[in-house]
Amino acid sequence: MTRFTLKRVAGVVLAGTAFIAIGPISAPAQQEKPWEKIPIPPLREFKPQQPKRIELKNGIVLFLQEDHELPFVSGSVLIPGGSRDEPAAKTGLVELYGQAWRTSGTAKMSGDAMDDLLESKAAHIETGGGEGSTSLGWDSLKGDADQVFSLAVDLLLHPKFNPEKLQLAQQQSATSIVRRNDDEAGIAAHEAAKLVYGPDSPYTRQPELATIGAVTVADLEAWHDRTIGGKLIVGVSGDFDPAAMEARLRAAFESLPPVKPLPPRKDSFQAPKQAIYFINKEDVNQSNVQIVGLGTDRRNPDVPALALMNDILGGGFASRLFQKVRTELGLAYAVGGGLGFSYDHPAMFQVEVLTQSSSTVEATKAALAEIAGLTDRPFTEEELKRAQDNILNSFLFRYDTRDKVLAESERLEFYGYPPNYLETYEAALKKVTLADLGAAAKKYIHPNQLAVLVVGNQPEIKPGLDALNLGPVHPVDITIPQPQGPGGTPGAAEKEQ
Amino acid sequence: MSTFHRIARIAACVLAGAMVYAGIEAQDLKSFEQKITTKVLPNGLTILICERPEAPVFSYTTFVDAGDVDDPSGESGLAHMFEHLAFKGTTEIGTSNWPAEKVALEKVEEANQAYEAEYLKPVGRDEAKLADLKKKFQEAQDEAHKYVVPNQFTEVAERNGAHELNAETSLDETMYFWSMPENRLELWAWLESSRLADVVPREFYKERNVVLEERRMRTDSNPEGRLFEQFVATAYVAHPYGRSGVGWPSEVSQINATEAMEFHKKYYVGSNVVVAVVGDVKAAETMPILEKYFGRVPGGPKPEEMTTVEPKQFAEKTVALHEATQPIYIEGYHRPSYRDPDDAVYDAISDILSNGRVSRLYRSLVRDQQIAAVAVGESPFPGGKYPGLFLFGAVPLPGHTPAQMRDSIHKEIDKLKTSDVTDDELQMYKTRTRADLLRGLADNQGLASALAEYQTRYGDWRELFRQLDRVDKVTKADIRRVANKVFVDTNRTAAWIETVPPPAPAAGKNGGTR
Repeated sequence: MTRFTLKRVAGVVLAGTAFIAIGPISAPAQQEKPWEKIPIPPLREFKPQQPKRIELKNGIVLFLQEDHELPFVSGSVLIPGGSRDEPAAKTGLVELYGQAWRTSGTAKMSGDAMDDLLESKAAHIETGGGEGSTSLGWDSLKGDADQVFSLAVDLLLHPKFNPEKLQLAQQQSATSIVRRNDDEAGIAAHEAAKLVYGPDSPYTRQPELATIGAVTVADLEAWHDRTIGGKLIVGVSGDFDPAAMEARLRAAFESLPPVKPLPPRKDSFQAPKQAIYFINKEDVNQSNVQIVGLGTDRRNPDVPALALMNDILGGGFASRLFQKVRTELGLAYAVGGGLGFSYDHPAMFQVEVLTQSSSTVEATKAALAEIAGLTDRPFTEEELKRAQDNILNSFLFRYDTRDKVLAESERLEFYGYPPNYLETYEAALKKVTLADLGAAAKKYIHPNQLAVLVVGNQPEIKPGLDALNLGPVHPVDITIPQPQGPGGTPGAAEKEQ
Repeated sequence: MSTFHRIARIAACVLAGAMVYAGIEAQDLKSFEQKITTKVLPNGLTILICERPEAPVFSYTTFVDAGDVDDPSGESGLAHMFEHLAFKGTTEIGTSNWPAEKVALEKVEEANQAYEAEYLKPVGRDEAKLADLKKKFQEAQDEAHKYVVPNQFTEVAERNGAHELNAETSLDETMYFWSMPENRLELWAWLESSRLADVVPREFYKERNVVLEERRMRTDSNPEGRLFEQFVATAYVAHPYGRSGVGWPSEVSQINATEAMEFHKKYYVGSNVVVAVVGDVKAAETMPILEKYFGRVPGGPKPEEMTTVEPKQFAEKTVALHEATQPIYIEGYHRPSYRDPDDAVYDAISDILSNGRVSRLYRSLVRDQQIAAVAVGESPFPGGKYPGLFLFGAVPLPGHTPAQMRDSIHKEIDKLKTSDVTDDELQMYKTRTRADLLRGLADNQGLASALAEYQTRYGDWRELFRQLDRVDKVTKADIRRVANKVFVDTNRTAAWIETVPPPAPAAGKNGGTR
């Protein structure tokens, strides 16, 4: 079914206020506010059920989260090491590994046979590769749980990579590569990240036909050997007997050798310089504008203040960007963003606006003004209070299901954060003052360290991007490199400039 | 591929009508009988409360049985436009002075009408007068804007913990939803019932521009968006399923606030609305509060259904888009609505053809022939309330063509028509359908939407569980019979993108469909 929605769900959040000249919108004197008379009783006390944590002697960590509401059992294993750790010449290796691992299967049971067996039971085992980790997960009805767990452990420890399944994964990946320039939002997101981290960074380099073609079965086996001895984090949830499940997990994991941590990464990060970049795409009538810089990581003590600043800038319907660019100017459906924080490396500062070609300059200027406004237009008590309400009153949706609590525990364990991180974070959010907010904005928001990228239809963009006064417009070449095939000629690359 | 994923997800949702081990159905229905309370208010509005006190939160879905299929002729996109208006507040929220704003909004309407009358003159349009009228229209809007407290409705919701606040308009229906801490239930009831009963045409014309941007994002600037819009427009000659759901640009850009308010008056009546609440709520305590607030929604008869019936297709239709983007192939066959006794048979066919790596289309086109990255066959599309389409589609691997996708899909269709599916395949469909239904019961928001949908579509939420009976009754002969009835050449519309080199710079500048 085709559905159209009030706001864009994926991507960036939304927000807004006034042009520099106008200053913050002051709410006109208002008529009576009937909603303020509605009583809000105290919230029922709620202590989310924490999973049981067991650290095995070899360093592997188990989490057990009982939940008897429905007759299912599910589990996952998180394995350190992901695409940022793969060799540049084989970029895409971990993605291919994530696919071919499951589709290959084991010596005892091929991936195809596993498909037949599992699907007949409405059960699943899946593998995947991400930026910092790979993973294996499973789920099934309770009655099949033992059998599915055994299969999952066999696949985890004894995969038998199959060249045909690697080839299948390579074909899938090649399809994505040759199609990537059809997707305006995808181009914008990726090229914007390259402006922040650099084109060759492990966080932004893209799989190419040549790099995925270079991956062999031996590479997949080597990757498995290299990562499976790492600190595995095993989480199981659902309708099981805890003593029996613990015994099963111990039997499967206790005999493995002591874990060997991956060497710490040594990445360096640098903020981009202020400049304007452009990618021409003549089959669109809307520009995708990305304003990007360097963000921070969650260990930074300023994160609570930054989270509130983000909410004020681009977090919701009442945020400055949303109010200004969407509500007041009607220039965008999708607008929002903020300063990102990852668990173990600096994320990006990113503000996004999607606007029709002819209003590209106007919408970009409006967004830039809101960003600059973070440092030169003081935050108000009302804004701070609203941001705190927004975040704190919905805070319990971070732990309102047992699966969310389990996932959070696994995440904190993986990145080495204290188990009470959410509580201390919530307490810190409550303590943020106006002075903290202002200081954080001054410390982290530097308009002269923000790159602007526009993907759009050049002939329709009037006035042109020169009118932004950000210096010369740098065209970005997104031509998809064609591998030099044996005896073949390079494909007629489509020059998209 | 996003479109296929979206369709797949929604199909899974629709299928989410189906469930667990044989036998569990009765048990689940019984346990839900104890958790669910429904009440039809004097104004015709149905409230459904499902007690699920896992955490001190609740989710709700307001399900309005009106979508873009109900847009009047010439006003495509109206239902969706109204949905956006429903976030702009009421006479009590979002305004600093309603009586004065009301007068100002009436002037906006007058100014818009004067402007449009001149703008639409077929001959003798006076450009100077037009410019003047446009200026007056803008001034009227500026005047009305003085009384606006922007986004106050959503601000109050968000400050009180509203989580995943959003709304969706499809061809068949409009849904509003969010989750909140349980101590805000009464506040939510006030907010939600206010906007159903008391919406006003605030900031309508600016929001229209926002919706046009949504169209540019989803349809105009996206190859799959362009393809699907042309595809349904070709498949249907009479039924509004063939219209752009977000609206044709010339129509959306001329919808006015008066039309939106008329749409509200006709379709947002109690008998056309179901409100489902799931979570940490006690029906005995909560129902009186909800009755008090939702009783404010106007009563009135259930609006008549859209009555256009798509005439029988008698010849195959095709659309070829020649674009600089990568190839893709889709085709669709007209099928009956969800009320058809064979509804579950179509679900079985979808499941056997498309669900996972065991499915026929995956194994044939992706795994064995290695010509496609994705291949699916699913229904209904673009809607299910009225007769929709059974949709097939495939994304070719580099070097393969839409024609190859078509031929391979047709081979799989022929197999369905000439030989029975296996016992294993049929059993797998039934097992997976049951399990998927069960899995969905653990999510407040998903459950609220499903209960509201089944209550609306079948008049009884119990059908969510009872449909398992129909699933169990599907036979191999049913699948063959339906395949032979529906998958015939004269009932087919096919559409594809064929890649051509991009135009030389400065040559043809109309990107998009040619």
